Amino acid sequence: MRDVVITGVGAVTPLGVGARTLHERWTAGVCGIVDGEAACSGYEATDHFSRKEARRLDRFTQLALVAADEAVAEAGWGDGLPVAPDRAGSIVGTGIGGIWTLLDNYKSLLEGGQVGPLAVPLMMGNAGAAAVSMKHQLEGPSFGVMSACAAGSNAIGVALRAIQHGEADVVITGGSEAALHPLTRAAFGALDALSDLGVSRPFDARRDGFVMGEGAGMLVLEAGDVARARGARILGTLAGYGATSDAHHLTAPRSDGARAAAAITIALGDAGYSSDAIDYINAHGTSTPLNDAAETTAIKQALGDHAHKIPISSTKSAIGHLLGAAGAVEAVATVLALRDRVAPPTLGHEQPGEGLDLDYVPGKARAMQVPDGRPARAISTSFGFGGHNAVLAMEAT
Amino acid sequence: MATITTEAVQQTVTDALVSFGAEPSEIAMDTELTALDIDSLDLAEMSQIVDDEYGVSLKSTDVTTIKTVGDIIELIVSKA
Repeated sequence: MRDVVITGVGAVTPLGVGARTLHERWTAGVCGIVDGEAACSGYEATDHFSRKEARRLDRFTQLALVAADEAVAEAGWGDGLPVAPDRAGSIVGTGIGGIWTLLDNYKSLLEGGQVGPLAVPLMMGNAGAAAVSMKHQLEGPSFGVMSACAAGSNAIGVALRAIQHGEADVVITGGSEAALHPLTRAAFGALDALSDLGVSRPFDARRDGFVMGEGAGMLVLEAGDVARARGARILGTLAGYGATSDAHHLTAPRSDGARAAAAITIALGDAGYSSDAIDYINAHGTSTPLNDAAETTAIKQALGDHAHKIPISSTKSAIGHLLGAAGAVEAVATVLALRDRVAPPTLGHEQPGEGLDLDYVPGKARAMQVPDGRPARAISTSFGFGGHNAVLAMEAT
Repeated sequence: MATITTEAVQQTVTDALVSFGAEPSEIAMDTELTALDIDSLDLAEMSQIVDDEYGVSLKSTDVTTIKTVGDIIELIVSKA
């Protein structure tokens, strides 16, 4: 099986535009949550798009394109694709898609106005994948992936398989979400999923729900042989992927964490890592009572004693929950954490919740302890409403 | 509904093109739509605007023959 390497990463998050901005600010303990929500307030469409381009892209697609541009620039594709166009693809996850476009058009309709011809192409959940494909002339496989809050990780996992199985040699992949809308707020609120206090403090005893965020994370994945042949700078290896389902409940995770644990075990097996040979976990860690308990159980089940020996932190403590973009942004954060061998902190984590006895890196970043003779390794976990579990295993180069 | 004069239609079309992202200084009767980066989706929006304003219905088959800004104006006026 071909190895698949990461040659570029990009992100737009509530901590700012740029993957390094995310990594550096999160590691420094900066929180991007303002008044109980995490918007990409540092992002201005006019910095990146002409008026014509902007009106043809829902915000979630804009964020995907900006993150993809950053990843592509880092990958050194400035002179064009490193492979024939039909060997390149884009696979992009989202939880919801262009909900602002959908609701603005519905509002117009109710008020007796027009529903424009741009409504469908802007709101469709695959718009991000399509826009990335058109922008970068990718003529191989391109499609969207929807699995709620696991979508970003599922997309990256599917992209890994596409390269391993020879459907493509390079894939731009990740996830994007821009759903900070009163309807989404009300809808998640109705499920009692959002924090009443507007605080994201994963794994803490006082956690009371997630804080909604928006953003995008994108990676350039390449077949190792292709990247090496062109002398690309390789950031890391995407070594494994595991996907399972709870088949249990529309919103609640299985409290025994069994299928989430299975996804971890499958990802580790796929990567060829033994369960005691990872140095860090970027947790899903939503700050909801149910997720953080079930996830802790799953990690212990999959890793045994080793679960207590490694740092585990949640990006959502710094940027809230980016829904379908979360897994992708967290994959980006994990790659950069591995390169620096630093475990960023779980912000706001002060009082461990009952039974939550792992090392959640409270408050401050910490150096990873990596055994001599091998690169730093991690997994990133994602779980979505509907019972979707997706886990990525990766290592720094 | 607005009265259809060539001048009025010209204004409507120009305003619409600008709202689609075209540069006002580049819009002239003989400007080709491709030069303004106007495509079939823009023309679909244009059809809605024209229908709203003048009650003139442009079919997608009508707009396939359009090449220039002047062509759109002519077509609308001819269908009035």
